[in-house]
Amino acid sequence: MKRITIDPITRLEGHGKIEIFLNDEGEVNNAYFQVPELRGFEKFCEGRPVEELPAIVAKICGVCPGCHHMASGKAVDAVFGVEPPPTAKKLRELFYMAHFIHSHTAHFYALAAPDFVVGPLAPAHQRNIVGLIGKVGKEIGTEVIKQRRMAQEIQALLGGHQTFVVMNIPGGVRKGLTEQERDDFVEKGKDFVKFAQFTISIFEDFVLKNDEYVDLILNGPYTLKLHSMGLVDEDNRVNFYDGKVRVVDTTGNELYKYSPPDYLEYIAEHVEPWSYLKFPYLKKIGWKGFIEGQHSGLYHATPLSRLNAAEGMATPLAQKEYEKLFDTLGGRPVHATLAMHWARVVELLYSAERFLELASDPEITGRDLRAQLGPIPGEGVGIVEAQRGTLTHHYQTDEKGMVKKVNLIVGTTNNNAAICMSVKQAAKGLIKKGTPVNDGILNMIEMAFRAYDPCFSCATHSLPGQMPMIVEIREANGNLLQRLTRE
Amino acid sequence: MKFNPRIIAFLCNWCSYTGADLAGTSRMQYKSNVRVVRVMCSGRVEPTFILKAFKNGADGVLVCGCHPGDCHYQEGNYRCLRRFLLLQKYITQMGIESERLKLEWISASEGKQFAELVNSFTETISELGPCMVKEQVNTLT
Amino acid sequence: MYTEESKPKLKLAVYWAAACGGCCVSVLDVHEKLFDVISAADLVFWPIALDTKYKDVEEMPDNYIDLTLFNGAVRNSENEHMAKLLRKKSRILVAYGSCAHMGGIPGLANFSTKEEVLYRIFEETESVVNPEKVRPLPECDVPEGKLELPFFYNDVRSLSQVVETDYFIPGCPPQTERLLEVFIAIVSGAKLPPPGSVIGAGTRSQCDECVRIKTENKRIRKFYRPWEIIDDGITCFMEQGVLCMGPATRSGCGYRCIKGNAPCRGCYGPPEDLNDPGAKMMSAVASIIDEEDPEEIMKIIEDVVDPAGLFYRFSLPVSLIRRKIS
Repeated sequence: MKRITIDPITRLEGHGKIEIFLNDEGEVNNAYFQVPELRGFEKFCEGRPVEELPAIVAKICGVCPGCHHMASGKAVDAVFGVEPPPTAKKLRELFYMAHFIHSHTAHFYALAAPDFVVGPLAPAHQRNIVGLIGKVGKEIGTEVIKQRRMAQEIQALLGGHQTFVVMNIPGGVRKGLTEQERDDFVEKGKDFVKFAQFTISIFEDFVLKNDEYVDLILNGPYTLKLHSMGLVDEDNRVNFYDGKVRVVDTTGNELYKYSPPDYLEYIAEHVEPWSYLKFPYLKKIGWKGFIEGQHSGLYHATPLSRLNAAEGMATPLAQKEYEKLFDTLGGRPVHATLAMHWARVVELLYSAERFLELASDPEITGRDLRAQLGPIPGEGVGIVEAQRGTLTHHYQTDEKGMVKKVNLIVGTTNNNAAICMSVKQAAKGLIKKGTPVNDGILNMIEMAFRAYDPCFSCATHSLPGQMPMIVEIREANGNLLQRLTRE
Repeated sequence: MKFNPRIIAFLCNWCSYTGADLAGTSRMQYKSNVRVVRVMCSGRVEPTFILKAFKNGADGVLVCGCHPGDCHYQEGNYRCLRRFLLLQKYITQMGIESERLKLEWISASEGKQFAELVNSFTETISELGPCMVKEQVNTLT
Repeated sequence: MYTEESKPKLKLAVYWAAACGGCCVSVLDVHEKLFDVISAADLVFWPIALDTKYKDVEEMPDNYIDLTLFNGAVRNSENEHMAKLLRKKSRILVAYGSCAHMGGIPGLANFSTKEEVLYRIFEETESVVNPEKVRPLPECDVPEGKLELPFFYNDVRSLSQVVETDYFIPGCPPQTERLLEVFIAIVSGAKLPPPGSVIGAGTRSQCDECVRIKTENKRIRKFYRPWEIIDDGITCFMEQGVLCMGPATRSGCGYRCIKGNAPCRGCYGPPEDLNDPGAKMMSAVASIIDEEDPEEIMKIIEDVVDPAGLFYRFSLPVSLIRRKIS
């Protein structure tokens, strides 16, 4: 049996590797996506004062610390049994929209767009942001950097530390917004909306108007039929900051809609000996292994999942794009993995519109930033949508608010099994008997999991604009037969 | 082999060291497990000294100063007291039994009290057994 | 900034061990200045962005890389292997960020043993379902063959506990402006401080830079958890009774957390090379308690709810008692 090792995976939070096993006919038997890293937040947060957790858990990820900070802030509020006042909630969501804007922008331009604008089979050295700029113009690169910088500045203003923001305190936020700052945000918000619309137009011009790409999205080896999960508001529209978790099945019918405190009835985690990352699944269906379809216990939580799980977007321009996406791809739900890129730009537009909405809200400059605190009930669950998926923080404390237990289900973790299956599917579809494994194969396999944006999107200046890979083909006894690298 | 505790004692020059000296010149019998470090004032004793002592193999650490109100430098012993109480909380968190660290006021004339203190503290440490700090902290696992 | 005729480009590597990505983000936060960085340096190894493989690093001659920014703590066998490899291949090896400098947040795992960590995560959490007590293994057999994972250590280590480290750039993450200052200094051939120094940071404490108003009134009768008071946004936190690590933390970050109205938690490490990064602060905090009666003092100290986790938030692995004794 031959074996293909891809090590390391890059553009991932932490380290990752993939092992692909081929049978004697040269076809793919199985693929394992391994996460070799572990730090132990679920243990070392014990004994800490719970109000310190929003700052500590932000260090889970330096790219999406805002996500952990928000989920944590909400969990801490619940531990104290309080809701923040409206201004505080809006400030948090305002921050959060800026966080989404810079992350989705960076991911699209550095990771996604090159494949579509320059082309998945184009020469490797062109498949990057430089190649992208060559096609769409130099101004774009500068604009992308500027958008990212603007979003970072907003984060720093609202949360002090521009990366590991410190804005959340039990019951609210530490800092308010002045009128002057708000006016500046409104201007920035308009800019964000414009650029989001432009980003969508890039996607339209280079992808949707190109029949080959549409065909790749719909008919390439990248379709995974799993249940979809996302946070929705009362009207079942996508919301990143608050709401209930809605899970729809592979046909689009609602399976569950739960509030954060009830998450344990719906989600469980499975362990395999070959990965330090656990595998969440739907508890009521049960762990059925790495299978797809209506009877599988697996789900994914990605931008596409969010759009599948919802019934619309809460802002007008994004809603139009939402409808267009599903009209083009054959209705809700969509299972084409590559459509995640499209979903992401729709979300980018929503984030920008919502940011502008919140910045223009009269309550955003209010002075009532913190709820009154009383005795501490001692248990709380906070759920938000991270860019990569539904994020759950669950804390238990004593009556003094000292942490006893922490449970986390992180965005990308939701998709652990799905990523493994997507990779296996792409490998199976592309590596057949007699196929020479070459650079094209590498890129196509890469596209299978890059769509999930596995937690490291900050690649605005990723120079080759692609995931580096080595593929080693070994005989059963370990002798190296062939080694391919993609620079 | 029976465990023989190693104890480090920080004694202030004006009161407690003199008191300890008195115990010696009066030929009082007391356990020989204590190694004395003389400081000018118990207020000089800071957490680093004590933590270093444990790291280097001390099974117990004793800190002695003048009685409250009698400090040669007015309030050094109060600072010592405050640091000591916070440090005890810290070492408990680090898995070191709080009984391994003791603070007692010994005046220049309290030779007998010093001898009794040494004996009882040595007994306490004997019962607790060896302190595992040196072993666990000096090798990376 | 850099001309074609200037000396050969600096070969730069950035590597992450047990990290979160924040330090790599801090490198990217140079924003528009990135083009200046690129014109002066060749990025030769950066797993997040480049395709240089571990094997390529192994094939490099010793000291081939001019400057390696190593971030993340050393938590497992793969991290240690890479630390040793990069030491060999780098002329200047810098511990970049709190985790490489002092162990960082992952260092808090030193409050537990390896078994306690693995048990919690894989058997005890509220959502895990694992009746057969499956654990990730360094080696395991699957139907198709054998799979491997790095070996998870009991103790978290800082970089200098594993290899000789030339410089330390502190911060969680280091403030990008400080990184640029260091980078420009190196590229322009400025004389560097003696090996073992902390660079890219100030030499005094946070209090020196912080704009909050400080008075002589540093006597505390009660410590408050941050949510127990309404912070006035102007007065020094310590004087409001809220513990702030500023007095014991090196400056350089621009007091960014204070700007967000949160007290400092010490990510820049102590202002000077001390035997222990938290002991001086413990001493200082105790000294300003305004009480002489032991029982009253104890009541005040009870409000310091997590001394070890506060004074050693980022630095547990490099402190004197660097792990919890079991």
